[in-house]
Amino acid sequence: MSNKEGKEKLNIRELIKAKGIPGAIKDLTLNSQVWRSFFRHGLEDTPKTRMQTVISNSFLHLHPAKVKRHAPLFKYTWCMGGITFFTFLLLTITCVFLMFYYHPNVRDAYWDMKGLEYHVPFGLLLRNLHRWGAHLMVITVWFHMFRVFMTGSYKPPREFNWGIGVVLLVFTLLLSFTGYLLPWDQLGFWAVTVGTNMARATPGLGHEGPFGEMLGMTAYNDIRFALLGGSMVGGNALLRAYIWHCVGLPLIVSAFLIVHFWRIRKDGGISGKL
Amino acid sequence: MPDKKETAQGRYRALAFVKGESLAKEKDSQVSEDELHTWPYLVRKEFLAVIIVMIILMIWSIALDAPLEEPSDPSLTPNPAKAPWYFLGLQEMLVYFDPWIAGVIFPSLIVMGLMVIPYVDINPKGNGYYTFKERKFAIVTFCFGFHVLWILLIIVGVFMRGPGWLWFWPWEEWDSHRIVAETNYDLTQFIGIDSKSLLGSIIGGGIVTIYFFLGMTVPYLLMKMRKSQMLEKLGTIRYSIVAFLFWSMLGLPIKMVLKLVLHLKYIWVTPWFNI
Ligand code: HEM
Repeated sequence: MSNKEGKEKLNIRELIKAKGIPGAIKDLTLNSQVWRSFFRHGLEDTPKTRMQTVISNSFLHLHPAKVKRHAPLFKYTWCMGGITFFTFLLLTITCVFLMFYYHPNVRDAYWDMKGLEYHVPFGLLLRNLHRWGAHLMVITVWFHMFRVFMTGSYKPPREFNWGIGVVLLVFTLLLSFTGYLLPWDQLGFWAVTVGTNMARATPGLGHEGPFGEMLGMTAYNDIRFALLGGSMVGGNALLRAYIWHCVGLPLIVSAFLIVHFWRIRKDGGISGKL
Repeated sequence: MPDKKETAQGRYRALAFVKGESLAKEKDSQVSEDELHTWPYLVRKEFLAVIIVMIILMIWSIALDAPLEEPSDPSLTPNPAKAPWYFLGLQEMLVYFDPWIAGVIFPSLIVMGLMVIPYVDINPKGNGYYTFKERKFAIVTFCFGFHVLWILLIIVGVFMRGPGWLWFWPWEEWDSHRIVAETNYDLTQFIGIDSKSLLGSIIGGGIVTIYFFLGMTVPYLLMKMRKSQMLEKLGTIRYSIVAFLFWSMLGLPIKMVLKLVLHLKYIWVTPWFNI
């Protein structure tokens, strides 16, 4: 024990002599067990560390270590998938803060919106970011789909991932739609009333749809009732929209996103001329 | 850009470093020519994209406040009551079709139609690059559906529809008392047959059936006559799916024209549903 300690001390003295105090500190830090447990590779710019940077980082290694030459080109992907993903992350973050101030009940919901505007520091900015971010996500997901179509990237072997994409598209719209009701103002209330009225007309499952009545559908047991938790848009509908919007749908979207990203890798990365 | 020296230094496999010669040796130089390091070439662009999007969103959010109207009031229906903008294409369809078609059948067909695209588009060309020449039909059809039937209808729904879902140009003032007296007729009424009668219903149903039947068989026979290789590769099942979806999609603009020009209401009236 004492032998070893003595040796260490000697080394440090030598190190300081050789590299000066700052150099010695840097050297010791980079070689310490703590540092090495965080970062598994050096910092010099070599092909090896470039690849290690990607594959030893949980988040970066969503990417392959190398990509096709045209993959980072804006004119190929328009960056639209990535931007859609970023808006999703941004919405998730702003959502957490909005939830601190929002009560999903008929009495409070609307006044919480006013509260955000008048009482919460940067509350209105937070709400604006969430609202416009949601619009942006709908727009970018459409552009992404359009890009994927125009490059024919749905063709084999990416057929399945296109299908996953269509599911993501539908759920993106549903996320936006359920969020629309939450401010509980005239705009959201009537938009959701108009939207869910369509469900009444579902063939067989809605009480105003073809064959609905024949199959025993009424305003109190049809598919619209199940969506709204009532025969009209009220407190139950607000709570359901809230839970779908903040918990249910984001979980589903996250699951499909995992599959989407994984499949991009498994299908050979971004498509390109063979 | 990675220079030659880099490629000479060797290629690493992505999952682990294996000392020794690269497994992909013969392709080595070519692969490195075609590939870029994700770090920094892709990651820095993503970072840049994030910053730009953040700036845009910040400016947007500072300049424009999210809408907040009066507290909701179930007894006070706004006129018009509009769905969120991204669903206005569907709401616009309500002018031409009953809710069960515009609100349920068409959305389902759109989703299913999108999903089957990779399985019915058997053209191997145009995979992974932009081309119009090599896949004209696919692109024209998709763009017609997406840009005209989806985006254009949304634009109409957002900007041109006022009280009573009547047409107002954006510069026109909304007049909630405007009434357009317009009588619409069912198809069989043009030939003097009550559309609600059994005969009217059969004629109407017949016309819808013939529309799909001719739409699906005529191109089939034409292609068969020309000994189209496309048709042979497609097979009957894929062909039928494409043709059915195609003519369902075209049903919308056809009905729009009929309604706007001839004031047609329904083609087919039955006790259970109307088309
Ligand atoms: C929440 C929505 C979505 C997110 C976050 C997302 C994300 C991404 C990302 C980041 C990529 C990598 C390439 C790129 O950025 O363009 C990608 C590729 C792809 N996406 Fe999406 N996507 C979404 C929805 C969709 C939709 C709606 C479709 C199609 C209907 C789709 C089909 C595809 C396909 C086929 C690829 C592979 C493209 C290629 O290899 O060139 N995705 N997605």
